[in-house]
Amino acid sequence: MSVISLIAIIARRPVGLIGLLGVGGFLVMTYAVPLVVPPQSTVDVANVYRTPSLVHPLGTDFEGRDVLNQIIYGGRDIVNVALIAALLSTLIAVTFGSLAATLGGKVDTAVLTIADVVLTVPQLIVLIVVAALFRPEGFVLVALILASLQWAGLLRQIRAQVLSLKEREYVEAARSLDLSLFHVIFREMLPNMASYVAIHFIFAMTGAVYAQVGLIVLGLIPLSGANWGVMLYFAQSQGALYFSDSFWYILSPILAISLFQLSLVALASGLEDVFNPRLRVG
Amino acid sequence: MAAAIPAEAKIAATFDARQQLGTLWRHPVLRAALKAVLTVLVATTITFTLIRLLPGNPVDLRIDELTRDGAMTYEEARAQVAGLYAIELDAPLPQQYASFLWNVLHGDLGNSFLSRGTPVTGIILAVLPWTLFAVGTGLLLSFAVGIGLGLLAAYRRGSVFDQAVSTAGSIVSSVPNYLVAILLVLVLGVQLRIVPITQMRGAYSPGVQPGLSLDFIGDVLFHAALPITVFFLTHIGHWILSMRNATLAALEEDFVVAARARGLPDSRITTAYVGRNAVLPLVTQLAISVGFIVGGAVLIEQIFVYQGVGLRLLRAVAQRDYPVMQGILLLVTVSVVVANLVADLLYSRLDPRIGRAA
Repeated sequence: MSVISLIAIIARRPVGLIGLLGVGGFLVMTYAVPLVVPPQSTVDVANVYRTPSLVHPLGTDFEGRDVLNQIIYGGRDIVNVALIAALLSTLIAVTFGSLAATLGGKVDTAVLTIADVVLTVPQLIVLIVVAALFRPEGFVLVALILASLQWAGLLRQIRAQVLSLKEREYVEAARSLDLSLFHVIFREMLPNMASYVAIHFIFAMTGAVYAQVGLIVLGLIPLSGANWGVMLYFAQSQGALYFSDSFWYILSPILAISLFQLSLVALASGLEDVFNPRLRVG
Repeated sequence: MAAAIPAEAKIAATFDARQQLGTLWRHPVLRAALKAVLTVLVATTITFTLIRLLPGNPVDLRIDELTRDGAMTYEEARAQVAGLYAIELDAPLPQQYASFLWNVLHGDLGNSFLSRGTPVTGIILAVLPWTLFAVGTGLLLSFAVGIGLGLLAAYRRGSVFDQAVSTAGSIVSSVPNYLVAILLVLVLGVQLRIVPITQMRGAYSPGVQPGLSLDFIGDVLFHAALPITVFFLTHIGHWILSMRNATLAALEEDFVVAARARGLPDSRITTAYVGRNAVLPLVTQLAISVGFIVGGAVLIEQIFVYQGVGLRLLRAVAQRDYPVMQGILLLVTVSVVVANLVADLLYSRLDPRIGRAA
């Protein structure tokens, strides 16, 4: 299935279309728009906490800076972390999930037990303690920590999928031809699990956004520059939240994060329809 | 297979032992219990190691403070601080860990570093009921309402009601709970001024006498209202969507068709045939969610300044109060593990097919 035809099928239902437009829009805003729109950091004390106007479509902040500009520039860290964390956790899950299922025996039991333990550990609490300990700087490290707690759910699903796939004839044929385990897993089986992997990649992204912004709002990830989470952290720690003029400054990052999450969930739901032909008819 | 190998008897013995272990491992309840113990052990080990590695621990900080203006030598300060915190930081980590585990087994989680002489168990027990009350109430309310709405939506599949409820459900469940909390403060508290946000802080008002009086119960509900609202709003979407899907699946079952053919009244089919089967898997999900009760509450309690376990954990993190941090982590892990166990047992009890298949 080519990418274009896939997109066409997703866009056929309103949910999928919303998801595509939303996620696409956020990617354009965080990666392309900053190339055209210059960052604005000039402090303008005469225009503190202005309501939306033509000059400032989302108003201004506590130092008179444009809020829309901060929203545009404030997505990059968060989307970066979400993408890297999702990629890492998906890689871990696919590799070890399929290895466990193909090799079976002790490897299987060991991997499954580790996954069960990781699934049971209360993630947010562990993240809070880990973040407080290491003060992770740089988004790659943050993504790594998030990914290390996120892979277990997908691993169990991949394992179950591989267990059923490995009995199929084409997989048995590949194995009897003595093709490598790598080939069997990544070339023969993975394309048939694409739906699970894609949908879980998206949900891993939403999970990473949730945990990451939560940690930033708590002030546990050192603040570098401005992002949506940092805006909320300032709003809360400096009491702007209780200041009635700051409404638009606080509402903007809330809307940005929520709309990004909603777009991701809508896209995942659109993908589900594509991969589940039973639902596609209805 | 054993015949080709010498020393048959020995091998047969180990094989037998392994087989017995295997049988134990396959027993669902025993395996669940074993995994539970293992999980708690692993989690405590990891957190213990992590927390002891904390840079800038309170002992170092205090020594720094004492020696800063040259009032004390390093050795004097160290001795005084060691006495103050009653902790042997010189002992190797494994030894510290062993004594920690031993104490935990006896229900002793140590004393808080900062509030000297206060046992961690007491600190946790003082805040735990508030978290359990707020999250538990929100969760149960969302479950009850969500199940009802989901069942109705499934029965009216494709109707305006179904679409409205399903859409609303998926929207509220994808917005992070702490954003809902901030939004409530922002809109209800600051903009519209309907809700007195600052008065609602804490678990109950300072002047009210704790007890079984109407005043106290009303006051507790007043203070817990916002956290309960957030937990209700952020969980209800999940229950609506799950119940809707489960009901749709149940409606297609042969036994439902058979019940209809037998001319049973619709109300009986809905409750005893469709509803009961659809709600089964959700009950175990509820048990698992209860386990995350404390974990999910951290940010909410911070935003509303509600004195529960989450807020206490954040305070301990800020003060680098090791024993309190460890105690709360341990408590949360144990509660998740116990909830999972209960869910496993409940499920095999509620659905006889599971027990038979195992």
